[in-house]
Parts: sequence; structure tokens; C-alpha cells
Amino acid sequence: MSTVIEAVAVSRAVGQPLDRIDGHAKVTGAARYAADAPIAAPLHAAIVQSTIPCGRIAAIDESAARNLAGVVEVLTYRNAPRVPVLSFDFTTPVTEELAPLQSDAIAYDGQHVAVVIAETFEAARAGATLLRIGYERREAEVSLDTARTIEHPEQWFGDDAQPRRGDPERAYNAAAVRVDATYTTPEETHNPLEPSVTVAEWRDGELTVYDATQWVRGTRAVLAKSFELDEEKVRVISPFLGGGFGCKGFFWPHPLIAAMAAKVTNRPVKLVLTREQMFTSCGYRSETRQRVRIGASREGRLQAILHDVLAESSRVGMFVESAGAVTTMLYDVSNIAVTHRIARLDVPTPTAMRAPGKAPGTYALGSALDELAYACGLDPLDVLRRNDAAVDRSSGLPFSSKQLLACYERGAEAFGWSARPKAPRAWREGGELVGWGVATATYPALRSPAQARVTLSTDGLVDVASATHDLGTGMYTILAQIAADELGVDPRAIRVRIGDSSFPVAPVAGGSMSSASVGPAVQDAARRAYHEAVAIATSSGESALHGLPERDVEARDGALRSKADPSRAVTYADLVRLGGSGAIEALGSAAPGDEDERLSFYSFGAQFVEVRFDEELARLRVSRALGVFDCGRILNPKTARSQMIGGIVWGIGMAMLEETVRDPRYGAVVTNNLADYHVPVNADVPDIDVLFVEEPDLAFNSLGARGVGEIGITGVAAAIANAVYHATGVRVRDLPIVPEKLLGAGPAAG
Amino acid sequence: MPTTERPAAPAQPAVQLTLRLNGREATFAVEPDVTLLDLLRERAGLTGSKKGCDRGQCGACTVLVNGRRTLSCLALALAHAGDAITTIEGLAAGSELHPVQAAFVEHDAFQCGFCTPGQILSAVGAIAEGHARTGDEIREAMSGNLCRCGAYPNIVAAIAAVQRAR
Repeated sequence: MSTVIEAVAVSRAVGQPLDRIDGHAKVTGAARYAADAPIAAPLHAAIVQSTIPCGRIAAIDESAARNLAGVVEVLTYRNAPRVPVLSFDFTTPVTEELAPLQSDAIAYDGQHVAVVIAETFEAARAGATLLRIGYERREAEVSLDTARTIEHPEQWFGDDAQPRRGDPERAYNAAAVRVDATYTTPEETHNPLEPSVTVAEWRDGELTVYDATQWVRGTRAVLAKSFELDEEKVRVISPFLGGGFGCKGFFWPHPLIAAMAAKVTNRPVKLVLTREQMFTSCGYRSETRQRVRIGASREGRLQAILHDVLAESSRVGMFVESAGAVTTMLYDVSNIAVTHRIARLDVPTPTAMRAPGKAPGTYALGSALDELAYACGLDPLDVLRRNDAAVDRSSGLPFSSKQLLACYERGAEAFGWSARPKAPRAWREGGELVGWGVATATYPALRSPAQARVTLSTDGLVDVASATHDLGTGMYTILAQIAADELGVDPRAIRVRIGDSSFPVAPVAGGSMSSASVGPAVQDAARRAYHEAVAIATSSGESALHGLPERDVEARDGALRSKADPSRAVTYADLVRLGGSGAIEALGSAAPGDEDERLSFYSFGAQFVEVRFDEELARLRVSRALGVFDCGRILNPKTARSQMIGGIVWGIGMAMLEETVRDPRYGAVVTNNLADYHVPVNADVPDIDVLFVEEPDLAFNSLGARGVGEIGITGVAAAIANAVYHATGVRVRDLPIVPEKLLGAGPAAG
Repeated sequence: MPTTERPAAPAQPAVQLTLRLNGREATFAVEPDVTLLDLLRERAGLTGSKKGCDRGQCGACTVLVNGRRTLSCLALALAHAGDAITTIEGLAAGSELHPVQAAFVEHDAFQCGFCTPGQILSAVGAIAEGHARTGDEIREAMSGNLCRCGAYPNIVAAIAAVQRAR
């Protein structure tokens, strides 16, 4: 049941399932990603990484590498240009307090220690294998099991990292029904299909960088500070990204190394990380150990939740996998204690990976609630429904818009939930055990200040520019749709340019905030351009609309027209000519106000999953998946649906396949390739259904849209684990759920 | 530190290589350690074929060699003298998209687009092989092409639509 709010302007393009406007470029090979940068004859750089987890470089023998034909230069800490060590802040998004190639210190296995620069890719790669580096190794801690340095961060990105309310211990101890379970999730690695890459070129003291980044402005800021340049002298270009999922969000050391290599050689340099290097060079999702204690009444009403999270970070950078963050707001419960503890290890620094914190957090909490349902003898969906939070209990604020109960309702109906047998391990079809699971999805709705420029020119072109990104999210297309509605033109006729630091400012393409941040800025810019065009149309003596009041003019079919007589019209191209300044150009901006003092902004959803387990073959499969989502207004149902499908596929990977295995003694990643690190393949994925319960969230922004990038993965792993329990009677509290965890465990385990 | 007195590898002489690239003869001077993928990307200016792993695990570099889908990152260029290579740049007939390309756009069978050239050429190959008759066949035949964005259901729908129209 969706609610239509009358105030929404009638729109023609927004809300339509438009094909991607960048689709043609992507299916013909014309889309240029960073490694395809139009730079003639660059040098090629190959990075060499440390092979110890802690210690120092004792000796380097470069002679064989330097003697190889084609090798131009070798940079190590001994000869690389000096750059300062920067600390993270929101304008300088460095992940590690460790500038590359500056000292002999080794902080983790897989740290960049040298770069070989050569005339060809082949020579650079061969040269990298010829470098001989000796180390002095010190004792390292690389496992949560043996961690000695544990920190208790007070805050993480502005949120209390140790929130409490009520008297959770007392309420838990007094509860009629208690669940106490520990869930573990492994390290995961983003593995976008496009490895990280930087092509750097210096010209007259100015630096141009083609970089696979989700944040051209952030990358520009770090490079400018590192080389002590004005930001205007650094340009970062990233028009197409081959996926990112968080690992291209903050600044990692390799663009700096590429820029150093280009500076030293005075030639453009292309540096592409290998797939193996992607496992240590740009973050990963931290392992988590989560103890969840739930106290409830026999009717399944929550009385207390205690959620203790242990995760890891490195010695050189802090990242908190905030798995307990949404525990404080997702359900109606008066007594809460959430703790986050971070073990500092001799490992690379973890980072945000699709739905950071929320993905592992909703697995643990969603599993524990399922365990509670069985302990109470209740339908798991009923437990979710009867604990629905009418307000955000963590802040006491009402939600701006919340359709979670409708998501449960619509999902249950579409999935056929009422036909579910209550008992676990009670449903067989053919040789397979079948089970259904459900869990709640959620992600906060975030927003940042952003700007955009709309330019109308004499050739009739409508151009939209902003320093935002399209990681495959559909930004190109929705920005065209938004501008099209304001200007009354066909969205396919609009040129959208993004991913260039010289364009108006936009935030990192992360946190599911780009649509809600940049969309309203484009809307504002387009409105300003429209008003400027109307002013020319009604004031110029040569205009067919001369003398009309603005209210009698509208934009439609590519021109301004008289409402009374649509044949009385002037095209934008003519208006630009009449205006006499060569173009109509408008800068728009949008920013959040103080609405978060009055309202709480979240998206919600319900994930329904069917699994089948063939005991004889030990084959576990997801056979159906349905996600029902409440994300405000959906700007493009085609691309939004694809985002949700992608999130659910990520959930399947997280639940059943993905695990970055680190050698517990030496700290090296041993699954550092796509044969040993399993991302879902086509045959792992069933048909996936996606439904939207659409209620425009106009308190959040003028478009009424919240983000759709990350919520899709949340709750999926719990729904799968719960379906596995329903199918087999085995509760797996340790991801991924590989078949061996279901063998020999027997129905009583759990 | 175990320093080695390893002599520098000798420069490997380039060899003339002629192949049929998207219907046209093209000649390159190629060293023996150059892969077909790096030849296409770095020397032929055909950057549509992507390098996702450089070890045959992801499928992003898939091209057609004499009509057969092939991982160009695992193919040495010099082993393909005289072969007909079709890359994503050579698939459309002028401005008209190949039916698989058009179906990928219509079904939103990609997000970031990085795996897409490989997916499309793999799909063209799978259809030609007769391995795209059912959804399950498509899933199996396309499982050598990873899509990290998770567009698989839409990829299956796009290929099935092309198969139906044949």
C-alpha cells in the first residue's frame, strides 16, 4: 500500500524506467574507464608489496630490475619524492597515516614498498619480479584470536559507538525468554571487476590524474596537499568506474605513487593494481565477532538487546565496522547496550564496504530475532511486525517516512509466506530440504551539500555537470531525468558530465547519498536556468513570448511555450541567442538543513529468501529471493531495481561464498584471487524479485528520494541463514554458510 | 638478505604479427610475452576489452577468436597469427547495435559496465554454441563471466530475449 502525496510536481521523466543514457557507450566499448585514459604512450608502473606483516626493509637490490631492457626507473623509500604524512579528515580522506615509499617501516603484509616503471607493461611486470628486498621481521599480531591491543572508540562518524539506554542488563536478566548467541562474519574484499588504477601526467607543474575513484574532489585534495599545490593545479578525472562498493571511496596510496612516478620520469605513467594487490591495497570489510543477547516476553515483545561487536583495524588507520549501529533504532525496545571494540592488528586498514556495519550487523541481529521466534514458538515475521518501532527509539524522533510494515505485508503476500510450515526441517521436495527465511533491511538516509551546473547553448544542447560519479548506480540517467523535467526536454537529449574534479562540488559517491545530494542540486540548477530562459523569453522584443507574465509560460517539448497557445514557442537555442551571452549558465546548489533535529531519516525493507539443500550432494542454493523496499520516491525504477538485485546478489555472496582468508601466522591473504575468493557467478543466482513501497520523502529533499545503493544487501544474510535453519534445522552462526557447516551437524545443533 | 646475482633477462625481440582484427588486417611488432589482451588494449587502441584479473578467472577480457569465445588475457598474441579476432568494438554493424548489445541495454543487463564487453561476446558465443536454450543453460554457459554488480538476472533475461527472437 503506497501513499501518494499530492504535493509532488507532475513529472514526465522522473519515475520512468528509462534505459541508461550511458548504456550505448557501455555495450560498444566506447565508455572509457581510468585504464582506458586517452594518454598516448604512457610509461607503465608495477608495484611491489611487502611480504612480511611487521618490521622493516633491511636491504634492497635493484640491479637486476634496473638492468632489464625497458625499465626506466625504480622507486623505493630511498629515492621517492618526499611527501607529508596526512591525517584523515572530511576534506582529506586518507585511510592510513602512512605516506607511501617514505620509510623502511612495514605495517602490514601487502604494503607498497617499491614501484618499477618501464616502457611497456611487460617490462614493468618482469622488473617487479626481479627486485630483491630483504626484511627484518618483528613479531606481528594478525588475528582477532590473539589481539592484545583493543580500543573502545567513543564515536564513529559522529555517532555514539557505545550507545546505551534504559537498564539493559537488568531487563535482560528478568526476561521470560532469552537468546544469547555469538555470530561471526569473515573478512570480505570488495573486488570490483575493475582493479584500482591511476594514470598520472604532469604538465607545467600541474597534475592531471585519471583515477578509478568514487570521490574526485577527495582525491584531488589529498594529491594537492601531498605535493603542496593549489587544488586548482590538480585535476582528477573519473567518468566511468568499473564498480567500487567502497574500496574506491577514500584515498589509498597508489594514486600518489603513480603521481610520484610521473613526476620523477617526467612522463605520463599508468599504474594498474593487480587483482592480487586489490586484496591489500584498498581496504576490505573487517571480520566481526558479535555477541547478541535478547530478552523478550513469551509473546516475543523485545525488552532488552545487548549487542557486543569486536572488529579489527590496522595500526596505521582506524576504521570501525559499526555492526551495532542500527540495533539502537530498528525495533521498539527500551533497554539497549551496544559496544564496539576494535583490535589493532598488523594488517591493512579495513574500510567501508557496501552497507558498512549494517551488512554484518543485520545478519547477527536478524539471526538472533529468528532464534527468538523459535524460542517463543512464533512465526519469525510476526516477531518482526510486533516489534516495529513507530519512532526512532535511539533519538526519540519520528521517522520522516516509514513503510516497513507495508514492506512486510507486501512481501509476505507476494512470497506466499502464509503457506510456510512452522517447524524446521519439515519440508522436503524431491531430494531437497526447503526452507524460507525473512529479515529486516535498513540503511540510514544520508545527504551532503552538493552543486551542479546546467548550461544551455546556441546549438540547443542542455549540459549538466557535477563532480559526482556513476559506479553503475545510474547517476548519469537520473540526473538527465531530473533536469529534463525542469526544462521540459527529452532526457535522452541531455548531456550529463560527471566524474571531473573541475566540475561543481559533489560528495563522495558513498553512503547511498548521491541521488539525495546531487539530484536536488541539479534540480536547482535546472530551475535557475529555466527562470533565466523565461526572463529572456518574456522580455526580449524578438521573442514569441514577449510580454507574457512568467506564470503563463511553461517548458514543454524542448521549448518554452505559452500555456494558452502552445504553438507560441521559443526554443532554448533561440533564447540563448536572444540572451546574447553565448550560453545560459546556472549554478545550482542544495544542502541539508536542520531537519535532522526534528526527524529521523532511514530507508527500510524486508528480505524473503527460499533455500534448498540437497543432503546427498551437499548442495545449498538460494532458489528464490524477494526484496521489498521503502526508499522514498524511486527516480528510475529500472536502474533502482538493478541496484537492489545487485545488493541481494551481494547478500548471497556474503551469506554463502565470500571469505578473505588471512594466514594466521604471517598475515598474508591466501585467497587473493577470484578462484579462491568466491564472488557469486551467474549460476549461483536465481530470479530475484524486487518491489518498492513508494512514499516520497519530501522532508528529506525536494525530490523525495532516499538512496538505493546499499540497503539491498542488508538483511539478506540473515534471511538466508534463517531459511537454512528452517530447511535443515541447523543454525549457522559463522559466515559463510558453506555446505560443510551443514554436514554432520544434525538437526539438533544450533 | 639473500641477494641474488641474477642476470637481467635478455631483451626479447619483437616479431611481426598479422591478424584479422574486427574484419581488417592489422600488423604489429610484438614481443613473445605480450598477451592478446595487452596487444588489443595497449597497442591496437581497442580498450573495450577489459582486464579484471589477468589470470583467466573473471571473463572481462573475453573476445571471439575465429568465432569462439576466448580469454584474451590467457592467450599469447603471437599464438594467434592469422586468426580473426572480434572485440566489442567490432560487434555492431555500423551504427546498428548487435541484437545482444541492444538487449543488454533494454534489460539493464549491466551496471558499471566493466564486465559488459566480455559478457556480450560470451553471450554471442554461447548462443552460437547452442548453449542458451533455457535459463539454466544460460546461467551455466555464462558462469565464466563474473559481474560484481550482480546484474545476472538481467543478463539471463537479455540473452533469453535474443534467443527467443532468433
